[in-house]
Amino acid sequence: MSDGVTAMEAIARTDVEDFLFAEAELLDEWRLPEWLELFTDDAIYYVPATDLAVDASPDNNLFYVADDRFRLSERVKRLMKRTAHAEFPHSRTRHLVSNVRIRKHVGDEIEVSSAFITYRTKDGVTDTYFGSNRYRLVPGNGTFRIKEKRCLLDSEGLRAQGRVSIIL
Amino acid sequence: MNAFQRMNTALMVDESKKIFKVSRRAFVDPDILEAERAQIFDKCWLYLGHSSELAKPGDFVTRSVGGRNILFARDGKGHLKAMLNTCPHRGAQVCREKHGSAKSFQCFYHGWVFGLDGTLRSQPGDTSYAEDFKERSTSSMQQVPRFESYRDLNFICFDKNVESLSDYLGPVKEYLDVICDQAETGMTIVGGTQEYSMRANWKLLTENSIDGYHALTTHATYLDYLKAASGALAQVPFEGSARDLGKGHAVLEYKAPWGRPVAQWIPSWGEEGKRELARLYEGLVNRFGKERADRIATFNRNLFIFPNLVINDIMAVTVRTYYPAAPDFMNISAWALAPREETEWARKYRLFNFLEFLGPGGFATPDDVEALEQCQRGFRNSAEAQWNDISKGMGKENPSYDDELQMRAFWSNWNDHVFKVPA
Repeated sequence: MSDGVTAMEAIARTDVEDFLFAEAELLDEWRLPEWLELFTDDAIYYVPATDLAVDASPDNNLFYVADDRFRLSERVKRLMKRTAHAEFPHSRTRHLVSNVRIRKHVGDEIEVSSAFITYRTKDGVTDTYFGSNRYRLVPGNGTFRIKEKRCLLDSEGLRAQGRVSIIL
Repeated sequence: MNAFQRMNTALMVDESKKIFKVSRRAFVDPDILEAERAQIFDKCWLYLGHSSELAKPGDFVTRSVGGRNILFARDGKGHLKAMLNTCPHRGAQVCREKHGSAKSFQCFYHGWVFGLDGTLRSQPGDTSYAEDFKERSTSSMQQVPRFESYRDLNFICFDKNVESLSDYLGPVKEYLDVICDQAETGMTIVGGTQEYSMRANWKLLTENSIDGYHALTTHATYLDYLKAASGALAQVPFEGSARDLGKGHAVLEYKAPWGRPVAQWIPSWGEEGKRELARLYEGLVNRFGKERADRIATFNRNLFIFPNLVINDIMAVTVRTYYPAAPDFMNISAWALAPREETEWARKYRLFNFLEFLGPGGFATPDDVEALEQCQRGFRNSAEAQWNDISKGMGKENPSYDDELQMRAFWSNWNDHVFKVPA
């Protein structure tokens, strides 16, 4: 058995939780450029429409968000500008992460799922986003990098929230 | 009749002085919303759905249109049906799924079973009913009063005496032809619905959807993004015109620097994209000649169909409809429309393009939501600050795409409906 496999199998759920809690903190503190550094160079970030299958592809289905790494970096750049009107002044958010599970090991990646509730408040209105996150994480150097983050909203569309201008 | 209706208008117009103002009460007054429901949404043709959403017999979707719950289904003979989704027995919603495929519809309350066209097939305890009960039209689900289609776009109307859809659309049809002709085998709705809302009056979205004036400021970050993405811009300046299409309908038709999957190439689409778009363009020239092919391929269209349908043929094609839940709240549904025969490459880039700009997670729409919600907040001052100004471009012979002619067309027709003296 190679060291790599040993290292993979030694990953504990608490390691993943620590990483996801730290990710949530970066988002809540609006440290988005640092948050972006958590992602691999070929990473993707998806928020599918809520009437699609969980594994639907954005190549032939309409999503809310389907960013490759370049567009994700542009999303972060945008959200740091005063001219990103939907998020200026910045909304306040709280990302709660729970029910974390390591689903499987695939090559040098692990597949992880979590449940989330994210509150966003701005101008006297508080919106709630809830659902599950599916991650593909690449372990290394005592931490992880995100290769894919897929946010599956449990709500029926975004009728209550109106928009997903923050990062979930 | 309330005080506002006694005013007989929400507009202040003086053509000679180039004044066109809209009372901000039109956005906040519950009496106005009541009049809109009775005199606009109950009288005009409203978009229901696209034929491609019901590909085969038994397919159905349920959706809210004009405040009603509609069951839209393809029956066993392949005909499209638009029914009021309510049991003729005691009123429960018959179909409770958002979409699917069925052989029949059953109301779970007392177990009545209806065919795909809404006809009553059976009900438990049928020997306790009159002999001819099943044959009575009142025993079956009700069809909407009027249901007509144009180019696979299906509309309903709750006024049985309304003019035909064809007459209602008038010159809009020619623009729908230009949009739909980009496909050789017909257009199709791509899987996935964007359902969202805005804490804003519904008419603000009408204005915003055909507003060429706000792009540079509201969408500054989107334009920044296009500049940052290498090769995302064609060497094409923004230019074009606005047209009043009558009956409140309006259109902007213009050139813009973004890529169009049918068919304006941008460098980031590479050589494969160039070949693909050249093939599509050649197909258009063969079918329609160069002039019409150029119009289909290189011009964008923001088409507004009164009262609440927008079809934007821009960096992708979106169909968007919306309806007020309250004077300061609307629900919106949006879909992506694409040529049925499109290649995987083109479909992928179309959808990538769509999300760049459009929808509640895009780089532009959230800022529109913010703008409209901020307008609605501003209207809290409407007792003192009473008027919106939409006079830009008045008196011009050829109004530009970033003038406000198209909004004046909407408001004039809206005003006629709302303040029409009942016959």
